[in-house]
Amino acid sequence: MQITPELMLFGGIASVAAAAAVGVVAFNNAVRSALCLVLNFFILAFIYFTLNAEMLGIMQIVVYTGAIMVLFLFVIMLLNLGAPQMLRDRDDPKTFAGIALSVLLFALLGSQLLPAFLTVTQPGAPKDFGAPQNLGRVLFTNYVIPFEAVSVLLLVGVVGSILLAKRKI
Amino acid sequence: MTWLEANPVLAAIIRVALWVFPVLLAVPPMIWYERRLLSWMQDRIGPNRTGNITFSRSSRWVPGFLKGKKFGLKGVVQPLADGLKLIIKEDITPGSVDRFIYLVAPALALFPSFALGATIPWGPFKGLTPVADVNIGVLWILAISSLGVYGVVLSGYASNNKYSLLGGLRSSAQLISYELGMSMALAAICLATGSLKPTDIVEAQTGPLWGIVPGLANWNLFTPYGFVAGIIFFVCMVAETNRAPFDLPEAENELVAGYHTEYSSMRFAVFFMGEYAAMFVYSVIFSTVFLGGYHMLPINWQSLGEIAPGLSWVTNAMQNVDFWLSPVWLVGKAFALVTVYVWLRATLPRLRYDQLMSLGWKSLLPLATINTMVVALWMVVSRVYSPIAGVVAGLFGFGILYLLYRALNNVGIDRNKFLTSREIDLVDVPRSVA
Repeated sequence: MQITPELMLFGGIASVAAAAAVGVVAFNNAVRSALCLVLNFFILAFIYFTLNAEMLGIMQIVVYTGAIMVLFLFVIMLLNLGAPQMLRDRDDPKTFAGIALSVLLFALLGSQLLPAFLTVTQPGAPKDFGAPQNLGRVLFTNYVIPFEAVSVLLLVGVVGSILLAKRKI
Repeated sequence: MTWLEANPVLAAIIRVALWVFPVLLAVPPMIWYERRLLSWMQDRIGPNRTGNITFSRSSRWVPGFLKGKKFGLKGVVQPLADGLKLIIKEDITPGSVDRFIYLVAPALALFPSFALGATIPWGPFKGLTPVADVNIGVLWILAISSLGVYGVVLSGYASNNKYSLLGGLRSSAQLISYELGMSMALAAICLATGSLKPTDIVEAQTGPLWGIVPGLANWNLFTPYGFVAGIIFFVCMVAETNRAPFDLPEAENELVAGYHTEYSSMRFAVFFMGEYAAMFVYSVIFSTVFLGGYHMLPINWQSLGEIAPGLSWVTNAMQNVDFWLSPVWLVGKAFALVTVYVWLRATLPRLRYDQLMSLGWKSLLPLATINTMVVALWMVVSRVYSPIAGVVAGLFGFGILYLLYRALNNVGIDRNKFLTSREIDLVDVPRSVA
């Protein structure tokens, strides 16, 4: 396997993202977990950047890191989840079953995915692949019906949230 | 230039340094400028002593020609003195804070204010500025400004103090609300430019005014849609930097000091610096997007030279001045906007929370959306027919939407119900008493 600068960059970014992902489940404190998720989402955007999908990456930051996770954090802080030690059960047999199953799952996924990934040393997408111009052109020509359908879905979401928030309209 | 292209890593480091150090250097003069200007507006004197030296008249350590001489610096070094004071102050970490988050939060508050302008060019020097001339420049600004909320919210949470938490929560609601108006305002400009690159936005602003007047540059603030978008952007940018009249997160008469109540010494200084750096960087962004970027005047010297060949020596000279001193013009515009910041702070009282929300959601966001629609109409008509038809269509669109707004605003509201009047007699103070 040949080590390219792209691969080293990916290795650095991806290891931070993976560590943050582990942190999400490993921390007892809900705020710390949420912060790890923020870091994970932020780093994920940089993985998109390295794959020449800059529009997707920046949307990742705008939507997930900047908007959704702030609201998550908001809710967690307001709930002020105290005493995390009460949540933990000791000597629960489910723990071991869970670990065993997850190792099995990773082995299964790894055996299928790793051989294909090991030969890849640089992004295959062309330079302008994720540019906003190209993305817009595709969205408004080939995928215009799914795009409009998604906008209707968002509208339903907005109307629903207004209905929930306002008792009397 | 070829040397820069040969060393991409080194070139990137130089570009970053050329962005970060000027912003860092702009902060102390800005603090002094704000304090002096604010005190002038409030009829005070302000810091004017620091750095003044009066040499002794009788000491034998002073050389003869300096005896009794006075040197005044008008207090310019006051920020240095403030900085020194903050560094040598005791750094108190309260006992019951969430220690790790408490330590990280100031850094998180500082990061976005510097990263924000990574796509903004100082001048027409390709390869040296901007840090990254990417296709998504404007979106990068929006993305990073949405990260600004973390420093404030986390410091509010980690301080384990009700005032801090309230400040943090207020700030997050405020930043999320004003983010929307800001992005819609920028969307209108991006539509008009046809690009998301700040360099292209600056380039497009050298074109003929409204697409029809040659010689004058098409600065976005001087177009109808750009004027609306500019005002919306400015309001949102004041709100995003937590400055008066949007300084609810640190409202000192309600929340002690808001989210940074528990911070002292350098950690407080980091918050302070982040706020001022953000002010400066937002002003630079405003100048780039609405005020023609690094160009000196809203005049296109080149096309003016073509119109009036007799004046070509003037226009050529001005073109050179415009080119070589471009960072000076940009910083000058930014400081003019900082002046407006201070002016607002000295003039307007703080908004109430419900006023804040209704301004953001009920006024700025719909206005920005309407503006975007009109820009779309304008651009389509001017590209399909002619620029003049575009101007007519744009003004027509604004008119229709304004009438629609007036009509909708009056539906279902009985104006007379709220119409109350009261009379006040202004008593003339007798001349003898006055």
